[in-house]
Amino acid sequence: MRRNQVAVVGAAETTELGIIPTMSQIQLHADAALNAIADAGLKLSDIDGFATAVETPQQICHYLGIAPTWVDGTSVGGCSFMLHVRHAAAAIEAGLCKTVLITHAESGKSMIGKQPRSIAPDSLQGQFEAPFGVYGPPSMFPIPVLRYMKTYGITHEQLAMVAVVQREWAAKNPRAMMKDPITVDDVLNSRMIAYPFRLLQCCLVTDGGGALILTSADRAKDFPQKPVYILGTGESVETPMVSQMETFNSSRAFKVAGPLAFKEAGINHADVDHLMIYDAFAHLPLFGLGDLGFMPHEETGPFIAAGHTRPGGKLPLNTNGGGLSYMHSGMYGMYALQESVRQMRGIAPAQVPNAKISVCHGVGGMFAASGTIIFTNER
Amino acid sequence: MAEAKRARPKPTPETQHFWDGTKAGELRLQRCDACAHVYFPPRPFCPSCASRKVSVFKASGKGTLYSYVINHRPAAPGFTPPYAIAVVALEEGPRLMSNITGCPQTPEALELDMALEVTFEALDEQITLPLFRPAKG
Repeated sequence: MRRNQVAVVGAAETTELGIIPTMSQIQLHADAALNAIADAGLKLSDIDGFATAVETPQQICHYLGIAPTWVDGTSVGGCSFMLHVRHAAAAIEAGLCKTVLITHAESGKSMIGKQPRSIAPDSLQGQFEAPFGVYGPPSMFPIPVLRYMKTYGITHEQLAMVAVVQREWAAKNPRAMMKDPITVDDVLNSRMIAYPFRLLQCCLVTDGGGALILTSADRAKDFPQKPVYILGTGESVETPMVSQMETFNSSRAFKVAGPLAFKEAGINHADVDHLMIYDAFAHLPLFGLGDLGFMPHEETGPFIAAGHTRPGGKLPLNTNGGGLSYMHSGMYGMYALQESVRQMRGIAPAQVPNAKISVCHGVGGMFAASGTIIFTNER
Repeated sequence: MAEAKRARPKPTPETQHFWDGTKAGELRLQRCDACAHVYFPPRPFCPSCASRKVSVFKASGKGTLYSYVINHRPAAPGFTPPYAIAVVALEEGPRLMSNITGCPQTPEALELDMALEVTFEALDEQITLPLFRPAKG
């Protein structure tokens, strides 16, 4: 894909984030979509391309009253929206549609109009993982952590610092769910969830949504918001079974998607002003820093513990507070994208001064899938 | 065991040999006749070279502890927390998820790379699960 041919011209989250007992899941989609439409100064009838995950495109298009000529229902977990951005950019460049709306919403806490997740007993996961007591992401996602720690010499304190630093970012964000400062001791004394991880190393469970609108860069200059260009993209999948990853020292899906996006963008790691790495759990930023090539894996824990990713640090990471402190409705990728767009527009609550390039990296499932989008505000 | 039942696997035509094996007290893997790749989970072709000529064989049942969590909450039905959910690296190469029995479910007792051996636990008349315990010498 060519650089900077497609731009984000509309971006918004649901009016409220957190606990929203007044809206069903599809209405959260609509609330985010209507906010993004207003942000872009468009009408719903201007939308001719649509993408969403979990809910089907037909469900949300009908609810909104959209008749698209291009749809994408890629649903690979929390990074689905990174893949939607990549696919939408390709579709716009190919002339399949002009203006794409991407929505995410999840009634993750209130569970209104949301199908509970289930594992079929005759699926591979149902036969070879479920019988051994996995029960939701906290019991599965941290399974690689102890191996990763042993291989690279990562400490419990370093993994606790991930949560501490992200809370520092969240404190600057009025919309963050958790804003009170925490210490390494607080993290290591919080309730045990799945050793080695404790409560403060696991993501929040909330309600909310977000939506993006993309169009060609040539049209983008006529929109009310500062365009945010798509500089590079990557995607991949590995396995739906965490036990079957090639290795616990790395994520293959990360190692495919991340470098692909950097290559397409034609940038080096030193060019990155702002970074989002989907943090469903505290080890993900470490895997991301290593697999995206920012540094060797053994340096990731010390790098975060030294404060390089905190406010004022040399590599601002997860500046909305992340899934650990901002919000996490179940598929957090959309909120990471929203924060990258805010940073590129220059309107983030914890704005990184003069940020010109933002890397936004997502995970789906338990390292099952990955998508990376690199944004810039300069064409 | 708590009263609620543990998730029960339902075999498919491609996995039936595995579950027949555990019921007979054997851990069965597959090996590609063309490239010798040993793989898991079961399927009637080689995920390395795509050959459909593959054979089922009895694995040694020996392995090492690759990684784990000790799950506290929420606990799966049929499990009393805290309990370890482990990934075992088999001597033949593949890894599989299991539980570790015959040893305390603590970080002190569960050392990465410790030697393990398979043991079998019948869920009911049809399904037997492969579990692992510390190897006896």
